[in-house]
Amino acid sequence: MVKKVFPDAGSALEGLAFDGMTVMSGGFGLCGIPENLIIALRDSGVKGITVISNNAGVDGWGLGLLLETKQIKKMVSSYVGENKEFARQFLSGELELEFNPQGTLAERCRAGGAGIAGFYTKTGVGTLVAEGKETKVFNGETYVLETGLVADLSIVKAWKGDEEGNLIFRKTARNFNPMMATAGKKCVAEVEILVPTGELDPDAIHTPGIYVDRIVKGEFEKRIEQRTTRKRENA
Amino acid sequence: MPWSRDQLAQRAAKELRDGYYVNLGIGIPTLVANYIPEGMEVTLQSENGMLGMGPFPYEGEEDPDLINAGKQTITALKKTSYFSSSDSFAMIRGGHIDLSILGAMEVSERGDLANWMVPGKMVKGMGGAMDLVAGVKRVVVVMEHTSKEGAPKLLKACELPLTGVGVVDLVISDLGVFEIDKHGTGPMKLLELADGVTREEIAAKTQAAFV
Repeated sequence: MVKKVFPDAGSALEGLAFDGMTVMSGGFGLCGIPENLIIALRDSGVKGITVISNNAGVDGWGLGLLLETKQIKKMVSSYVGENKEFARQFLSGELELEFNPQGTLAERCRAGGAGIAGFYTKTGVGTLVAEGKETKVFNGETYVLETGLVADLSIVKAWKGDEEGNLIFRKTARNFNPMMATAGKKCVAEVEILVPTGELDPDAIHTPGIYVDRIVKGEFEKRIEQRTTRKRENA
Repeated sequence: MPWSRDQLAQRAAKELRDGYYVNLGIGIPTLVANYIPEGMEVTLQSENGMLGMGPFPYEGEEDPDLINAGKQTITALKKTSYFSSSDSFAMIRGGHIDLSILGAMEVSERGDLANWMVPGKMVKGMGGAMDLVAGVKRVVVVMEHTSKEGAPKLLKACELPLTGVGVVDLVISDLGVFEIDKHGTGPMKLLELADGVTREEIAAKTQAAFV
């Protein structure tokens, strides 16, 4: 039987990382990012990679770590406003960037994982993102053709997982992780809690283990980008 | 007197209706949540994967796994549900959200919106804005009437890269409220003026044609 459980993030990436590869990385902002696997990817020394991720981390954390070491050649993202090093590398021409509307990016990952080569969407019609793309009129409205995305490797973060690779996400840390798990030729998941097979409620599983090739239990910092609170007396 | 940020949010809150599912953008639109009329049931959607967004948490109760699209820590409500980004945008693109309130750098008299990019200067990205304006039933823009340099933002045609073409239904600026006939050919209509603002003043600060 194939064993999916690996002892740490470094060994979980062994044989999967190569120069020039395309990597999908789950998360929204710093919420639900595969912290351990991003560090392991940096430590693997892999170069010239294309990263598909909604955001680009912040300076010094998340994908910001891979920008610092200049291991990223190109980013495919919807929003990158939180990262000074990103802006610097992009404006100086060191880094390529492809902006995708957030919903289009999510659907491109979903489509890629589901074997759908392309889909038509109204999002972005008449804007820069539709330039050079085929359009088609359905019921009197113009739609633009967007293609499915597949990566060499997807790295995702879940709350709980089992030895089969079944995954359960928590709250808004789910975000891009489920679609990205389906759209990597190989998928490695890191989880906060790893349980023996049979302990997860099958009805509660968000990502079935068929999509997950390797799984590792991580240690998490779970940084907060914008700590907003209210005072108790206002309640 | 031009409307303050809170007055803008208050005016935008008048666009809410009982039972609406609403997506609020970052900045002034976020403040609209503070002015939901008493007794009105409005469900806030956050495009990072949540329906039924609650207020900020009490100090010490922040959960890094629970944030809104502005990456701020928030809380859940009894009715909350969580879902993936693709489900979230299926909701948005599929026309299931009633109202989107968001900011703008420029709006044209035909309802074109620009709010995501200044070539050569600002590298941030559109996030979910292009999907929201393409898919949500009604789109309301809340913004300052002019740029920091005093240039009009309500234009005949947008100069910045577009977020959407013919997508804005209503513009609430600090000087007044305009309705846009985005599917028709009629001119933009001035519906309201902020207290003490004259028609002449607003006309002088507006490039777009309006009646």
